[in-house]
Amino acid sequence: MEISKDYAVQMRGITKIFGNFKALDNVDLDVKKGETHAILGENGAGKSTLMNILYGLYEADAGEIYLNGERMEIKNPSCAIHSGIGMVHQHFMLIDKFTVMQNIILGNETTDKFGIINTRKAKKRVLEIMSRYGMKVDLKRRIRSISVGMQQKVEILKALYRGAEILILDEPTAVLTPYEVDELLEIIENLKKDGKTVIIITHKLKEIKKSSKECTIIRKGNFVDCVNVEKESEQSLAEKMVGRKVKLSVEKRPASPGDIVFEIKNLNVTCERGLESVKNLSMTLRRGEIYGLAGIEGNGQKELLEAIIGVRHVDSGKILMNGKEIQNKSTRYILDSKISVIHEDRHKDGCVLSMSVADNAILSKYRERKFCINGFLNYEERDKFTDQLIKNYDVRPIGCKNTKIRNLSGGNQQKLIIGREIANNPDLLIAVQPTRGLDVGAIEYVHKILINLRDQGKAVLLISLELDEILDLSDRIAVIYDGSIVGEFNQEKANENNVGLLMAGGKFNDAQNS
Amino acid sequence: MTRKIAKLLKTPFFCTAMAIFFGSMVACGILLLTGYSASESLAVMFNAVFSRPKFILNVILKSTPVILTGLSVAFAFKSGLFNIGAEGQYIVSTIASTITGILFDFHPIIQIPLVILSGMLAGGVLGGLVGILKSKFGIHEVLTSIMFNWIALYLCNFVVNIERFHKQDSDGTYSINPSGFTLLLNDWKFSEEGRNFLKDNPILSDIILKTDFNLNFLIAVLIAFIVWVIIYKTKKGYEFRVSGLNPDAAQKAGINVQKNTIYTLFISGLLSGVAGAFSITGTSIHNIQTLSMFENYGFNGLSVALIAGSSPLGCIISGLVFSALIYAGQSLQFKIGAPSEIVNIMIGIIVFFVALVRIVPTLVNRFLEREESLDVK
Repeated sequence: MEISKDYAVQMRGITKIFGNFKALDNVDLDVKKGETHAILGENGAGKSTLMNILYGLYEADAGEIYLNGERMEIKNPSCAIHSGIGMVHQHFMLIDKFTVMQNIILGNETTDKFGIINTRKAKKRVLEIMSRYGMKVDLKRRIRSISVGMQQKVEILKALYRGAEILILDEPTAVLTPYEVDELLEIIENLKKDGKTVIIITHKLKEIKKSSKECTIIRKGNFVDCVNVEKESEQSLAEKMVGRKVKLSVEKRPASPGDIVFEIKNLNVTCERGLESVKNLSMTLRRGEIYGLAGIEGNGQKELLEAIIGVRHVDSGKILMNGKEIQNKSTRYILDSKISVIHEDRHKDGCVLSMSVADNAILSKYRERKFCINGFLNYEERDKFTDQLIKNYDVRPIGCKNTKIRNLSGGNQQKLIIGREIANNPDLLIAVQPTRGLDVGAIEYVHKILINLRDQGKAVLLISLELDEILDLSDRIAVIYDGSIVGEFNQEKANENNVGLLMAGGKFNDAQNS
Repeated sequence: MTRKIAKLLKTPFFCTAMAIFFGSMVACGILLLTGYSASESLAVMFNAVFSRPKFILNVILKSTPVILTGLSVAFAFKSGLFNIGAEGQYIVSTIASTITGILFDFHPIIQIPLVILSGMLAGGVLGGLVGILKSKFGIHEVLTSIMFNWIALYLCNFVVNIERFHKQDSDGTYSINPSGFTLLLNDWKFSEEGRNFLKDNPILSDIILKTDFNLNFLIAVLIAFIVWVIIYKTKKGYEFRVSGLNPDAAQKAGINVQKNTIYTLFISGLLSGVAGAFSITGTSIHNIQTLSMFENYGFNGLSVALIAGSSPLGCIISGLVFSALIYAGQSLQFKIGAPSEIVNIMIGIIVFFVALVRIVPTLVNRFLEREESLDVK
């Protein structure tokens, strides 16, 4: 394609090398003005790197960037902002303790001659932007008190406030609920109408189909194709991304549930703000089934999990594991009752980033006799066990035993954590958003592991905000709303409509009919 | 070749050595600015430490308490806790050791452990108390331990003034009973036989007769090894490290972080306690005195731990360096009239550079990356 004014962004022959790893090799990108362009690729394919180069966070080792047909040198992010590029990162760059307004104007404050911030003027502009693109955010709230979806809107506002004409969204739907995704798509639509150009980095095929017209596919740092989305099926997009045939839907045999393993009876839990977060909640899990708990973020899932693993006090009600009461017991006691957990935030709860892979491998089992003799750690066994995990769960790079786990990709960290937890041979595995931030290949793998576990007669409690995942994987699906379970379906009865309705606070009777 | 050098540059030992070097350079600059000859000052400092066996031994002896308080701070650091209370724990330990040392007079085999254990326990209890306040009531350990430092200081002055302990016409208490001394050859060196023997051995006489010759340093080294083993080889040490690096993950892995906080600060207090007890048993005049200000054994432990990068074995070396600097500083004032504070400035700068040289491994990595990317091209 020629360099032309009709294109908001054109990148030519972009190459980026980290150490002895070629992250990008001669990649081209052409984004038409006023359109939504998707960049599709697996985790680690280089899509974020490419966008970070466009945003000036990295400098390309080779290649050129053209904006509106003109050659540009983008040395740093402020350069990019000046050229009208805005970026919303996957991990938001907001200050928790500041208000929404303060975050939006941060670094770009309008001040009077005494250096005092003129909020009124700024506020007028922000309100104007919000109404133009159909965004509703309470400017006075503090960031830590608003939902992730809201925070994302703040990030978009921030970019628009700085005059962005080209907006880069890095995995924007990774953390959103179905409803919030629709809202986002609407905002993107409005932006497009206003002549803005939007670039979406993603590995979710559905959303590409919904939002974008063109899509550039990158695989392992190489440009694969630039396609017209309408002419491609989800299947063909996935194959181009992964480079082989993939199964998009989960394959599993019908469940054959056995005895009751885990039971919650009339559980009540309060959160730190003193509000009732879990209200009279009951559930029963049997061996050999996957029980999916669907729900919008903040409906008590977090508190429920914390109560189960003994981190949060249970006000009333019972939690039974293999018939034994475990409520308000120590976390150690609960984990020793054959419960294992894959936590949502693997960096915060799942591993110790600045420890080695081997040290992380024994995090939930260092107490076992095998790994600990008379109070001393058995390093030999630790290493043997780690090697086995690395081999069995295909953790890459192969010789990573002694490297810090920080240096592994998210998917490989997750593989190690899942392997570690399954090695505990739990009767109940609680998986919270187990595929968050993983690519198609890894997701397929994780799903297979969970189904395998079920087929071995274990119970799996799957807590996820991703409705598709819940619908695909679970044998029974429950919806949590406002701290209670408001409905339960068998897999064949559940669909996006009835579960979605309950998630949004609808009535069970209506949901059954829809 | 460049890789090898780069690897060497990344070792903590080299970074620390570099920090000490730059610290000395800056101190020399300050000496020059204040009108003293830098080369002369360095020579004086060098001689002050190395010119006589007695000096070397004194540096070693004086390093003992700061090595121990350094270990105390480093141990807490490894578990993510900041034990700024080493000073107070040191003081209560000297108080407890002095009291038991005066009140009891058993055979040394019982007396010495009794005195030392009472000191350790006092330090440990004070540290444990900080831990309890933190884990049960959520009060930050820095706040409580600073308060405890002052409580310990005034407790010391209170005890000194109790009639049972106060030695008349002095600022201090009685010395502890000699059965609690950990001095080596103390009786022998003042006996007829000993004096005759030492008269013929000037070197031995220099180190034995003119210092508080004892083995406490060796015990401190041994303790450093024990601390290292605890941190890196034991189950509890693993728990401590996990709790320190990521308390959330520790809690979710079934580690009782709150209990470990108490344990850690208790052990940390014990270590400062050993330092205090050794000061009473091992150095004359074996008593406590009215304190108008902190003696800084605990606070110096902070510097020692920082210079050592919280490595237990590193504390031995950094403690020795630290004590050599302090010792040399005194003679700097004595010999050429330069203010001994110059040494404090030097230590401050070294600690500053230690923090600064953390950037060296990052720089080296970046350099290596660039090299490699050139190779690939």
